[in-house]
Amino acid sequence: MRPKTAEKIGFSALFLGTCLVIVPVVIVLVVIVKKGAGAVSWEFLSAAPLDGMRAGGIFPAILGTLILVSGAVSIALPIGVLAAVYLNEYASAGRLTRIIRLAIINLAGVPSVVYGLFGLGLFVGFLGFGVSIIAGCCTLAIMELPVIITASREALNSVPQSFREVSLSLGASRWQTIRNVVLPNALPGIMTGTILSVARVAGETAPILFTVAAFYLPHLPKSIFDQTMALPYHLYIISTQIPGMPRDLTFGTALVLVTMVFLMNLAAIFVRIYFRRKKLW
Amino acid sequence: MPTSRKLREFCIEKTIVLCGMAAVVFVILIFVFLLREGVSLFWQVPLSEFLAGTHWYPISEPPRFGILPLILGSLIVTAGAACLAVPVGVMSALYIAEVAPSGTRDVMKAGIEMLAAIPSVVIGFIGMVTLVPFVKTLFGLPTGLTALSGAIMLGFMAMPTIVSIAEDAIAAVPVEYKHGALALGATRWQTLYRVVLPAAAPGILAAIMLGIGRVIGETMAVMMITGNSAVIPRSLLTPVRTMTATIAAEMGETVKGSPHYQALFAIGIVLFAITFVVNLVADVFMHKIRR
Repeated sequence: MRPKTAEKIGFSALFLGTCLVIVPVVIVLVVIVKKGAGAVSWEFLSAAPLDGMRAGGIFPAILGTLILVSGAVSIALPIGVLAAVYLNEYASAGRLTRIIRLAIINLAGVPSVVYGLFGLGLFVGFLGFGVSIIAGCCTLAIMELPVIITASREALNSVPQSFREVSLSLGASRWQTIRNVVLPNALPGIMTGTILSVARVAGETAPILFTVAAFYLPHLPKSIFDQTMALPYHLYIISTQIPGMPRDLTFGTALVLVTMVFLMNLAAIFVRIYFRRKKLW
Repeated sequence: MPTSRKLREFCIEKTIVLCGMAAVVFVILIFVFLLREGVSLFWQVPLSEFLAGTHWYPISEPPRFGILPLILGSLIVTAGAACLAVPVGVMSALYIAEVAPSGTRDVMKAGIEMLAAIPSVVIGFIGMVTLVPFVKTLFGLPTGLTALSGAIMLGFMAMPTIVSIAEDAIAAVPVEYKHGALALGATRWQTLYRVVLPAAAPGILAAIMLGIGRVIGETMAVMMITGNSAVIPRSLLTPVRTMTATIAAEMGETVKGSPHYQALFAIGIVLFAITFVVNLVADVFMHKIRR
């Protein structure tokens, strides 16, 4: 075979392989939008489920997911950013840093259902939070940590060394330099990573199964020690546990969940583009 | 007040060091708590019987806690998913990194990031309504909830991981290698599979490991479409149950501290150990490419 022919065949095969990834994604999204759009209305978004989930809306589930992700991120963000500051600004390359790096990689690889078990053992049981919003937030926060640490560390690392040198030479202390010079310049990268981590945990079901999720709650949660409904868990329930569930409501719920996650991803992309334009160096 | 400022900075820096250790602390805590809740099972059921026992009857009298069917269930679904995701994923990574024109590349990368962003419960639901009936009619089966359906859906879920990490590895191959090959008269295709592919191999292996790690740990989609029958799988076309799905499906019915509850935590220990090793191996490969 002539090399040029081989090249054509090879490249075509690679192209087909790529299509095999992209086309199903498009199909899945089109199916969700097409079948779900009819069910989504203001009432669907703002009302509580009725008739054993078979009618009404999904507002408690949406609200629950928003509470869970905002709680989780407010726990994970400070810890994650400070951890990244430690790794990038304080730690020297050595055995300890390598162990921390390995721990982060492992934390990112722990199966989500194992996080659920951990949350059940530590927060629900050992610390006595019970099945509650606070237990779910803590569990999700630990899942967010590796993403936030990795992204923040990269962002800190991309701040030029000369910025620090100038600040230090003007008599600022190490912490003042970090707070007033390094962190503000790393902010876009940190924000992008954080939003992406939020988008990821917003769709997680397994970690909240045993730590917070309620099958059905007739009222909205009143305190952080209440259970709550959550969008991904609600979708799981109505697609597997409810006989005679109208399919369009299930598709509508899937559409709302996917839209939420995609909007967060879009927000991350916009943050990145916006700050890249404003970047001074 | 220089002393109070010094004191404050001292406290802040100590907090930073403490947070720096957070990842290590949490990995240890996860392990400790899985052990704490799960290890007492092994006073009643020996480890060998737990791992090699062929019967998972957690609520019969007496209960039997053999997780071999669950391990094999995870294995068959993972192997099936890998057969799909590895070739297709590596091909896409090669195409996106080396062949695609830059406009197409951005569209494809966006598509793959979208796939990564779809929550697993949504993938599970879509699989239930599209793929499962399709598999059922295609093979004339009593149910489409089979290992095959699970493997296909999980294959897709592993692809974003494989594609993006493999693509990074391919893009990291020094451009001099390519220039050298092209200057010697090799075509782009020859350069790609004789020079770039071997040079990026460790990174691609790492990508595959991480993709497989994701598949083993995947819970919701697999629980919704593999049929959940805890018997030793004989073919891809029978329902199976994975370790992750067992934990997720049964934990709600257990009593805290009961042998069943402990057994589910013990499965968690097995899963934790597997993903730990997978990630460690992937990291070794990653280090190889950096040198």
